[in-house]
Amino acid sequence: MRQELICITCPIGCHLWVEGLAGGEIQVSGNKCPRGAVYAREETVAPKRVVTATCRAGGYRDPHGPRPSLAAPRRVPIRTTGAIPREGIAGLLESLYALELSLPVRKGDVVMRDVLGTGIDVVVTRSIG
Amino acid sequence: MKELQFDSAVIGGGAAGMAAALELSARGLSCAVIEREDELGGILMQCIHNGFGLIEFNEELSGPEFAQRLEEKVRSAAITPFCGATVIEVEDNGEHKVISCVSGAWGVIRIKARAVVLAMGCRERNRGNIRIPGSRPAGVFTAGLAQRLVNIEGYIPGKDVVIIGSGDIGLIMARRMSWIGCKVHAVVEILPYPSGLTRNIVQCLKDFGIPLYLSHLTTNIYGQDRVEGVEVTPIENGALMFDRSFRIPCDTVLLSVGLVPENELSRSLGIDLSPMTNGPWVDSTLMTSVPGVFACGNVLHVHDLVDFVVEEARRAGSFAADWLAGRRKDKELRVKAGSNVRYVTPGRLDPARDNKLYLRTLIVKNDAVLEVRLNNKTVRSQKKSHVQPSEMISFNLGPSELAAARESPDSVLEVSIL
Repeated sequence: MRQELICITCPIGCHLWVEGLAGGEIQVSGNKCPRGAVYAREETVAPKRVVTATCRAGGYRDPHGPRPSLAAPRRVPIRTTGAIPREGIAGLLESLYALELSLPVRKGDVVMRDVLGTGIDVVVTRSIG
Repeated sequence: MKELQFDSAVIGGGAAGMAAALELSARGLSCAVIEREDELGGILMQCIHNGFGLIEFNEELSGPEFAQRLEEKVRSAAITPFCGATVIEVEDNGEHKVISCVSGAWGVIRIKARAVVLAMGCRERNRGNIRIPGSRPAGVFTAGLAQRLVNIEGYIPGKDVVIIGSGDIGLIMARRMSWIGCKVHAVVEILPYPSGLTRNIVQCLKDFGIPLYLSHLTTNIYGQDRVEGVEVTPIENGALMFDRSFRIPCDTVLLSVGLVPENELSRSLGIDLSPMTNGPWVDSTLMTSVPGVFACGNVLHVHDLVDFVVEEARRAGSFAADWLAGRRKDKELRVKAGSNVRYVTPGRLDPARDNKLYLRTLIVKNDAVLEVRLNNKTVRSQKKSHVQPSEMISFNLGPSELAAARESPDSVLEVSIL
């Protein structure tokens, strides 16, 4: 069976062809870099995604206070350091939304370690405060 | 009133502005960066998704991470940022450009500079631009505004969402809204193909089972106080098929229907605008029709990757530094958009050096050919495995390919996609 995929590893978006060979092997063509082949294998077997989200910024209490700005945001941007299995995303987001990060935070601060036993962490992506 | 003088000034502290300022400062010139928000970073700060920096930093970053890398360099260079300052007017008094800004912290400031780089970015097209009939309820947002509300300000614009237009910001917002617990019911696109990058169709729509209606027009928005739904009508051969219109209930409509370079300041300076890019017309050195004023980034033309913005801005900064050092352009040749090309920029090339060109095509095609003709003679014929309007094409033309232009006085270069 030949299946067409579009690589989402980077914005180039290579059109990949995935072919299942005898013995469960998968052959990939159309990729411009090795990451395309890795993506196509993972996408057909167990799709993974990088998750980006935000956590509540601590210390923000007054809903009638000044409107949040870039320097004083109400949310702290975070992301996983790598792709995690797609079925684990909903649960991860739920626990991240429950967190409140007290400011200041530094880019790279670890919010959560070893998500779902993948060895992948969740880190802050912007220094605030 | 505070009056300050710099060798150069950059209007806009986003990716383009910071990259241009870094280049100017690296060339030993004093530089002011004027930014309307209270921090540098521009639109990258609300683009918390990843996919930035693959070309520039050789790794995949989120928007804020990309911005912070540039910002750290700006802070350690001899660059003076003015954040929270809005430029209200730029005047050209011959030797200097005079930039008037207003700021909560300093009141009115006047910044004099011999060269100015415009890096104001672009603005979202809104409901008025695309004239969707219907009532005027609350709940209609541009996608970028919704992105800011969700990612920075911590507001959720609504629960049941329909997105009009399949531009990248709309697709990214389809995923964001899904991930914050909202239901995205549809993305409606007037064209027969998506306007955003293909990877965003995959990871933002397919992952969430969000239907994409191509060749469909939103023909009505319902609701009195709040949006209650939209009417969507298929298009066939250019005609609206009202007998097959359907209604999608929703409480929120996000518009991702294109971006327009922010031209107010350019207009007040009397800069010529290009009808093709909607941004300033520029020569081979990215200089606008006003000498000493340069443009780069999304104010020049709308890019799809910030990496390209930074690359272009760096060149604009470098050309501005050359200009300040007294270098004036030599002979230039004219660039024209040929078959299937919506625009190509810059509008002039210097045949004596390497030139970088950016173009957007009008067609979707596999195995296309990029054809460059100089005075009706083919100088480049390059295979392109896949072209589409949403993916910008860039290429270089060097002195060897442009040699013929150095002899004939009025040379024209035509770029086509065949």
